[in-house]
Amino acid sequence: MALIRTLLTTLVLLLVAGTVQAAGIEVREFDDPVMEQRYRSLTASMRCPTCENQAINDSDAPVSADMRDRIYLLLQEGVSDIEIRDHMVQRFGDYILYNPRLEGRTFLLWGLPAGLVVLGAIVVVLIVRSRKTASAQALSEEERARLQALINRERTE
Amino acid sequence: MKRRLLLLLPLIGFLALSLFLYQGLSLNPFHRESALMARDFPEFDLATLEDPERRVDRSLFTTGELTLVNVWGEWCPECKREMPQLLDLAHHHGVRMVGISWKDTREKGLGFLEEFGNPFEINVFDPDNELGFELGVFGAPESFLVDADGVIRYHHVGYISPGEVRDKILPEVEKWR
Repeated sequence: MALIRTLLTTLVLLLVAGTVQAAGIEVREFDDPVMEQRYRSLTASMRCPTCENQAINDSDAPVSADMRDRIYLLLQEGVSDIEIRDHMVQRFGDYILYNPRLEGRTFLLWGLPAGLVVLGAIVVVLIVRSRKTASAQALSEEERARLQALINRERTE
Repeated sequence: MKRRLLLLLPLIGFLALSLFLYQGLSLNPFHRESALMARDFPEFDLATLEDPERRVDRSLFTTGELTLVNVWGEWCPECKREMPQLLDLAHHHGVRMVGISWKDTREKGLGFLEEFGNPFEINVFDPDNELGFELGVFGAPESFLVDADGVIRYHHVGYISPGEVRDKILPEVEKWR
């Protein structure tokens, strides 16, 4: 009997501990599934300013909670995703964006991979072309005679 | 021979890129520039820590005097370690200081000032991170240098050591005064 009681108490304690842990990041109810989806993708696309690499939907840092609150509030007010993103960047800087905005300063960041692919393609085309021209060059009369001589020597040995 | 050397180009490019990225490994992500740099101190309307009846706003920073704004909380151990340096700045270097009592209770905030000294001309009471959010504050202590026209000129994240007072804060104060 005592054993069963101990087991039951442990079970209850474990359950309570579970709910306490889950309270780290609040659960929000949405009437509108579209808005819920927007909330999810916005909070997943922003980096917590004080944790090294965690999205704000995954972080129990106080600043992340405040950012989620603000995003929720702005969504309720009918603010667009881009405006919400800019609202956050104005306060916390470009650091919080997992996908940096395309602008003059980030041009190299976005452009470099595409640029390297184009450069690689150009190099490949040049190599293929130079090989083609080399093989297309016909042998001169003299070279052909030498080649024939070499082949004949090979056969006779 | 020259054409052979050209073959080294990809390797050289790779090494240059590696060196560039390797340097990035030792960068401190907290040493990034505030998004508010060179922008006006944000609008706000909050009570002071000292007097719940008294409201203050942005005009606190357009008095024509350079101000060091310090975000602090009683719960923050680094803020306590920082106080001697802030007192030094206020009393020996004549820097005008405004505090933001951040995410704290009035009682604890006032107790903190009593225990560790008060370098601040006034303290803005911000228990719910209203002003802190506008400033993009992500942890205490943080300090902002605001020039005579209310424009943010310098941002310091974290504890200010005595060495940093001398090497960073004072040169910035002289620069923008």
